[in-house]
Amino acid sequence: MPLFLASIFAFIAAGILSALPRKRPRAAGLAGAGGAVLGSLLGIASAVKTLASGAGETLHLSWTIPYAAVSFQLEPLSSFFLLLVFAVGLVTAIYGQGYLRHHHPGGAAHTWLFFNIMVASIAVVFAAGNAILFLMAWEIMALSSFFLVILEGEKESTRRAGLIYLVVTQAGTALLLVFFILLGNHAGSFDFSRLASAASLPMPLANALFILALVGFGSKAGFVPLHVWLPEAHPAAPSHVSALMSGIMIKTGIYGLFRALTFLGPPPSWWGWALIAVGFVTSCWAILFASAQRDLKRLLAYSSVENIGIIALALGVALFGESAGLPVLTMLGATAALFHVLNHAAYKTLLFLGAGGVSIAAGTLDLDRLGGLLKKAPWLGAGFLVGALAICGLPPLNGLASEFLLYLGALRAGISQHGFVQQAPLGLAIGSLAICGGLAIASFSKAFGIVFLGTCRGNGSEHWHAPGLAIQAPVVVLGFVCVALGLLAPFVASGIASIVQTHGPFKGALAAFDPAPSLRPLFWLAGANAGALIAIALAVWLRRALLRGRNPGRAPTWDCGYSSPTPRMQYSSSSLVQPIAWLFGAFLRPREKDPQVVGYFPHHAEHATETPDFFLERVFSRVFTSVDGVLSRLRRFQHGRLQAYVFYILVTLVALLLWHLEVVR
Amino acid sequence: MTGAAGMTQLVFALFCAPFLLGVANRAKALFAGRAGPPLCQAYFDIWRLFHKSVVYSTTTTWLFRAGPVVSLAATFVALCLAPCGGAKAVFSFDGDFIVMVYLLGLSRAFIVLAALDTGSSFEGMGASRELQFSLLAEVGLLLCLFALAWKTGMLDASSICGQLTVEAWRQEAGVLSLLAAALLLVLLAESSRIPFDDPNTHLELTMIHEVMVLDHSGPELGMILYGASLKMWILGTFLVRLVFPLRTGNFAADLALFGGAMVLLAVGIGIIESTMARLRLLNVPKLLLGAAALPCLAFLLSAGG
Repeated sequence: MPLFLASIFAFIAAGILSALPRKRPRAAGLAGAGGAVLGSLLGIASAVKTLASGAGETLHLSWTIPYAAVSFQLEPLSSFFLLLVFAVGLVTAIYGQGYLRHHHPGGAAHTWLFFNIMVASIAVVFAAGNAILFLMAWEIMALSSFFLVILEGEKESTRRAGLIYLVVTQAGTALLLVFFILLGNHAGSFDFSRLASAASLPMPLANALFILALVGFGSKAGFVPLHVWLPEAHPAAPSHVSALMSGIMIKTGIYGLFRALTFLGPPPSWWGWALIAVGFVTSCWAILFASAQRDLKRLLAYSSVENIGIIALALGVALFGESAGLPVLTMLGATAALFHVLNHAAYKTLLFLGAGGVSIAAGTLDLDRLGGLLKKAPWLGAGFLVGALAICGLPPLNGLASEFLLYLGALRAGISQHGFVQQAPLGLAIGSLAICGGLAIASFSKAFGIVFLGTCRGNGSEHWHAPGLAIQAPVVVLGFVCVALGLLAPFVASGIASIVQTHGPFKGALAAFDPAPSLRPLFWLAGANAGALIAIALAVWLRRALLRGRNPGRAPTWDCGYSSPTPRMQYSSSSLVQPIAWLFGAFLRPREKDPQVVGYFPHHAEHATETPDFFLERVFSRVFTSVDGVLSRLRRFQHGRLQAYVFYILVTLVALLLWHLEVVR
Repeated sequence: MTGAAGMTQLVFALFCAPFLLGVANRAKALFAGRAGPPLCQAYFDIWRLFHKSVVYSTTTTWLFRAGPVVSLAATFVALCLAPCGGAKAVFSFDGDFIVMVYLLGLSRAFIVLAALDTGSSFEGMGASRELQFSLLAEVGLLLCLFALAWKTGMLDASSICGQLTVEAWRQEAGVLSLLAAALLLVLLAESSRIPFDDPNTHLELTMIHEVMVLDHSGPELGMILYGASLKMWILGTFLVRLVFPLRTGNFAADLALFGGAMVLLAVGIGIIESTMARLRLLNVPKLLLGAAALPCLAFLLSAGG
């Protein structure tokens, strides 16, 4: 606990320190980043200590705010998430120092204040043991990340992104407020320990609370259709902030769902159904839109939504197992969910940091102006490739491990069950994973292939350069983390399984369940990963042996007899996925501007396609416009005259007083 | 004993995989009234390519050289997980077929990336088509294997194939034939045969798999050819084990029976190629969607029943 408190203190102190010296931005930036590194190391030490001992620590101090308490609980589930936030915080702080120096030379030292507060508030969200403290940290997290998103607020698109983010996150918080008030009202306290041990909730209330939690936490996690802020906010934010948001901040929604489920008692089977359905829609919808994007960070943002969908699937499968009395399904589902949280934190942080490296190296993230970057920045490219393969769930990397657990759980339970109602959700989970796998390969072949391979499609590639060590090193290190997690999957999974067993929301069925046999296939998976690495090494040796003593020739790419191909003739990001976009056109609804060809020797023709977000464009925009139309009549009350506002307050108070007198009488 | 049997059938697969191409080509030649190339032509091709040097495009990077290498390695590991014979696979564990499908995905991803590395519009076109087709074919394959697992109640590929007996056909002929049809479609699509792709086409615009490997040469092209034949062997394994459930119990006899069935499968592919035209490219996804829908139908039938 002292380590944790020291870590939070280090973050906040360094953040404030970095905001003080206006005249020396370089020193301020170093102070901010240095404090973040120190705080992260302290936090990692604290989390590792808790995870190693398995024992929880609590701190409870009363507070003057009603119902609130300064209450922290460092138990294994919290510490698992804390380890992730501090590890991602460490990498992004080191990276951010180099990134900001390049993108905002001298002008962005104050962002460290928000960055440090954001990391600290996420940590407090994970460690909070009181609902009021949790909500406060939740709000601070939302606001500090909002200020980071609008760092480049002089751009119209950035301000719009910030506004969308703010609206979604505030709406989500409003629901969470209702959730905790209802829950606290029932339990008579806002402390998590009391909420968890309170008398069982009546079923209608539990159902209502589940829906509130699903929507409230889902807006932060990014369940479709509440995902609309992600593809806007991630491209707008600086890359290290996108990495932090996508790698860990959206997981606070998942953590919140886990916590909420510990309060809600035994789940009825429709909760599992609901989460599986949400996961199916979220993962398939998002990866489909990811494949159609032409901005690298938008693509990554949609892919984050997809991964959140996979986590929701896993959680839904676990809930389904709990309600159907299948401990093996609960175990594998919940372990897969947490393992996927870990995996996604590793490779999505990598990919966003890699995208930042691309923007530093080439000055753009527009896929159709990129190409051939691998020659200029080989290490960045190699790291990005590892991340891209890992996120597609391809061996020998870590992404497959968590999906494999989910597949296995659904398969094992599906075999033991009989009847459509028992089997269908498991089949749905398997089907959506299979569909996502193929679409992810398409999306990330595009992301890596168009950016790093071929030749540059735009102008100015002669000015491209490899980004510095502070940018490339974190990407490469995270690549090794992905390989290591793939090889150590069984050990990681058994650690997570023990957390699930002792501190997850599924205590009932799992207490007497031995997870070891059901996790055993992971040893084989790790063996297959190692085998793939060995086979690759052997094939490299074979190639070398076959080519020994021969001189490779060099020639231009085969151009089918055409004499002067240009880089513009390469397949672009849109044309590469055109067959897929055509196949799923009913969902994607791309907007096309077809060329108008006039005359026998047409001069100028344009063709453009874009794929706007369906829910943002066609649902939320319309709803909000009509709401705006109704509410704009109220605007006459808001005119900026202070005395009138005081009058409103007076009228309200008098009205309340009268009402109170009436009620009391 | 089982380990030795698994190794034997692995070595058998490694040696015999390219033979299938020769059989399919001979069947096509006979249909067309030609003598056709020798049955062992694929071996000659690979041997010849392995003794040549390479030419690299000036556009390419290390990824282009990594493409064939990783692709072959991944396919080889996938082959180790497939029960290609009467005995258990070399490595067999719960959910091994999932890993196998994803290894084939890794192999394909590297071929696609190597194609994009050349910067050629033709290879980009091939990559683009391959991404669409393989997306559907992979879903079809995974769902088929899951449906088989579901049906047989087994979790690893070897036991699943062990449960596919004459008795199983007698009880579940409807479901199993749906799955066999889907597996055949996946096999044809993934090994670039008619009606999905034409291995004999010589026009870049009409190629799919071939156009992606236009710039590969020498041993690396040989690796791709060999890898493709291994992949056909893997996919053929599941179809053959499903459709020819006869087994004697003797390992050598079973392996011979299995090899004979694979040859029959290759003849069947040759017959399909001789009697059918290639589909229009726009119609290919529809057929592949069918391949993904059939296992869903099988699932519904078996869950309802």
